[in-house]
Amino acid sequence: MSYVPHTQEDIQQMLSTIGVKSVADLFKDIPASLRPKSFNLPESKSEFAVTAALSKLAFKNATGLINFVGGGFYDHFIPAAVDALAGRSEFYTAYTPYQPECSQGWLQAIYEYQSIICQLTGLDISNASLYDGGTALFEAMMMAVRHTGRNKVILDSGVNLIYRTMLYTYTSNLSIEFVEIPVVHGQSSRQDLLKYVDDQTAAVIFQNPNFFGAVDDYSDMVEKVHEFGALAIACVYPVSLGMLKTPGEMGFDIACGEGQSLGIPLSFGGPYLGFMAVKSQFVRQIPGRIVGATVDSDGKRGFVLTLQTREQHIRRERATSNICSNEALCALRAAIFVSLLGKAGFKELARQNYQKSEFAKEALSRVKGVQVKRSSPTFNEFTVLLPCNADTVVQRMIEKGFACGFPLGRFYKGMDNYLLIAVTEKRTKEEIQRLADTLEAVL
Amino acid sequence: MSMKLIFEKHRDGRGGFSYGTSDVPQAKPLAAKYCRSNDAYLPGLSELDVVRHFTNLSRLNFSVDTNFYPLGSCTMKYNPKFTERIAALEGFSQLHPLLPQLSGSLAQGSLEVLYESEKLLAEITGMSAFTLQPLAGAHGELTGVMLIAAYHKDKGSRRKYVIVPDSSHGTNPSSATIAGYEVKVIPTGADGYMDLEQYKKELNNEVAAVMLTCPDTLGLFNPRIKEIADLAHKAGALMYYDGANLNAMLGKARPGDIGFDVMHINLHKTFGTPHGGGGPGAGPVGVSEKLVEFLPISRVIRKNDSTFVLNYNYPKSIGYIAPFYGNFGVILKAYAYILALGKEGLIQAAEIAVLNANYCQSRLKKYYDLPFDKTCMHECVFSASRQAKNGVHALDIAKYLIDQGYHPPTIYFPMIVKEALMIEPTETESKECLDAFIDTMIKIADLAKDNPLQVRQAPQKMPIKRLDEVRAARQPDLCWKNPK
Repeated sequence: MSYVPHTQEDIQQMLSTIGVKSVADLFKDIPASLRPKSFNLPESKSEFAVTAALSKLAFKNATGLINFVGGGFYDHFIPAAVDALAGRSEFYTAYTPYQPECSQGWLQAIYEYQSIICQLTGLDISNASLYDGGTALFEAMMMAVRHTGRNKVILDSGVNLIYRTMLYTYTSNLSIEFVEIPVVHGQSSRQDLLKYVDDQTAAVIFQNPNFFGAVDDYSDMVEKVHEFGALAIACVYPVSLGMLKTPGEMGFDIACGEGQSLGIPLSFGGPYLGFMAVKSQFVRQIPGRIVGATVDSDGKRGFVLTLQTREQHIRRERATSNICSNEALCALRAAIFVSLLGKAGFKELARQNYQKSEFAKEALSRVKGVQVKRSSPTFNEFTVLLPCNADTVVQRMIEKGFACGFPLGRFYKGMDNYLLIAVTEKRTKEEIQRLADTLEAVL
Repeated sequence: MSMKLIFEKHRDGRGGFSYGTSDVPQAKPLAAKYCRSNDAYLPGLSELDVVRHFTNLSRLNFSVDTNFYPLGSCTMKYNPKFTERIAALEGFSQLHPLLPQLSGSLAQGSLEVLYESEKLLAEITGMSAFTLQPLAGAHGELTGVMLIAAYHKDKGSRRKYVIVPDSSHGTNPSSATIAGYEVKVIPTGADGYMDLEQYKKELNNEVAAVMLTCPDTLGLFNPRIKEIADLAHKAGALMYYDGANLNAMLGKARPGDIGFDVMHINLHKTFGTPHGGGGPGAGPVGVSEKLVEFLPISRVIRKNDSTFVLNYNYPKSIGYIAPFYGNFGVILKAYAYILALGKEGLIQAAEIAVLNANYCQSRLKKYYDLPFDKTCMHECVFSASRQAKNGVHALDIAKYLIDQGYHPPTIYFPMIVKEALMIEPTETESKECLDAFIDTMIKIADLAKDNPLQVRQAPQKMPIKRLDEVRAARQPDLCWKNPK
């Protein structure tokens, strides 16, 4: 395939206007010694041939399994209107709305997205999106480090291990001191927090629900964190905010997380959506693009990218973040998704996730040998203890058509017999019952 | 037309989607102390009203599919439709990223896409290996500088500085800082290239890396690039290639052959994936042999039996840059694009992109100041200084172009050119399209002499006129507030 419209005649005319004989003359600044040593690529293919080849690969992936795997990334239903609207090329073939007069659609949509994130988190200000939940958490942590001028970070071990690993990776050349506090019976250890938080602490990071699915009210811990002048950061699962106490209500300074659950397909790990919301006093500290409302020369409301002096294209090495491209299209999907559901629909989504997960707990607790961990309340994901290695059970369940959960031994030493099970609104009563029956059969 | 906010269209009791009645029995509710005290105040509209709202918003945007979009440095080429359909195939779009943790057999198709994409990118650029994890260009830069830091640390040295030219993208100095380095800026010489004498002065054994865009942000290929690389290597520094401008280089020169050690590619620029109104992009990072062992994990390996596995066993790896394998959906589209174009198509893309840029430069240089009159690569950079003398600035030219149906070029960048207008036409635009754009630019140059006010009052035909950006920044209104 070629998407180049030029005829030979066009090329000749253009070369003559430029005043050179051939296209090769345009590349004369590249010395012969720097020409490619090799450029051994396949021949061009038709759209049909490429589509056929890649459809074949898509078919090699196992997507027919009934999915009970979550771990921070969830199999939610996406209404068709989300695809239809985000699939309009007036949205997806545009770029960052630098020129507001010809980008009002994008700018207003992002302003609406920011407003939705503020409503969900109970905080004052949202940016226009970051890459994903992990990078959003890193940005939140660095914001706290800059704001406090301190470099100690207390990290709850209920925070997704993937994100904790990302934080360690990103800070390997920086002088950040991490302290991890343990999760005891599914909950963050208040005792350990008190032991470690001090006047050198920049931030304390919690996740709600935590990686094991446990829900907590962190209000008391946030209060302690603030007594030492540190910032409290919550990593949250947006669908749960249709039910759970918000980061704002608990007093958190920053909420961030993975927005995939808001109408974005799982797509093998991306593109996803990092979101971040902060209290209003941090407005000039927040990383990433922000859209604001203003008026035009006739006094009519319009939207612009604003507070840009925080950003790399103006501030260069002194910017609050290096981010340029973000995940605007995913933010748009989230805005459309939440707008379709509305207040009642979003609440119902959270309610059904909770109800179905509770039903699954009941069903599984009746399976001989399976122990459902109940030390903490959960939202839509919970931990079970199996009588044998969870990995083995997972393999047997795959053969029966189930991705039955995430074997925790993959992430945590000594948890080889534990399985983390997520139940979204998509799972039917019948599927949940079959999960329990099949599990009983393979154990 | 000014549009109401979606919140302003809310009616109590209205909704656009129903989950139906839950098929499981009521469970005991969660204790109140864990629950939010008020429901989130979200808009309630019918499905049609939501569809109409966002459809009408979409119509207020310029996009590649609706308008010529010569936004310099952003490579706004046509995004083939078939790649969208491939990314939407259920086998790809519904695949949970943790499935390979359950069993290697569950994601063989996607792992093959990752493996083959990495191989193709390595051949296109001459690098030894790639990580596909970085989620955007700037994220690739940060990853690249972190790899450089890991390399020096492994060698037992803690170098302090990263060198960037003053013409660089803002992300370069910013990424270097976030990775823990101090930035040294080298000015541009009178010839449009980085000042070599200054560069030599700043280069010493405290410099970790030199970050360059090539062709640079003036659209010029520096013929002495090899010398710059050799000098850096002699000082023990590594060379970083900002791949933002790779489109012009396809099949013409490879960063790996030139001597670059680390690079990123903006898949959404060079390999035709849509820019999505600001993202998602993807910023794969390629490295030379000496840096392979530091690449992020996981890495996809092809076994002897032609199956693919994720390997986490690289003790010197910097760790996780992204939660999984990168922006898979974007990588998949770029892979499909590369397969469709093939070797000849990629070379043709570079050639016609450069032809189009030089054509614009040649036809416009009588009318606008051209600070560096050389053969350009994929983009040309003019200055509106001549027009500015009559009060018509780059911003005014941009706004007038909007009225004529063109997305403006990048303006005021690179910062080293006063009143910069950076035009990148890309290879997918026809001669007729370029001629019409050029004629409009010539008309603006004439108006700047004869009727500058007409340009300065643009735009007149858009839904809004120029916005009060000072007010936006001084009295920030960043989210809708419930009036109740």
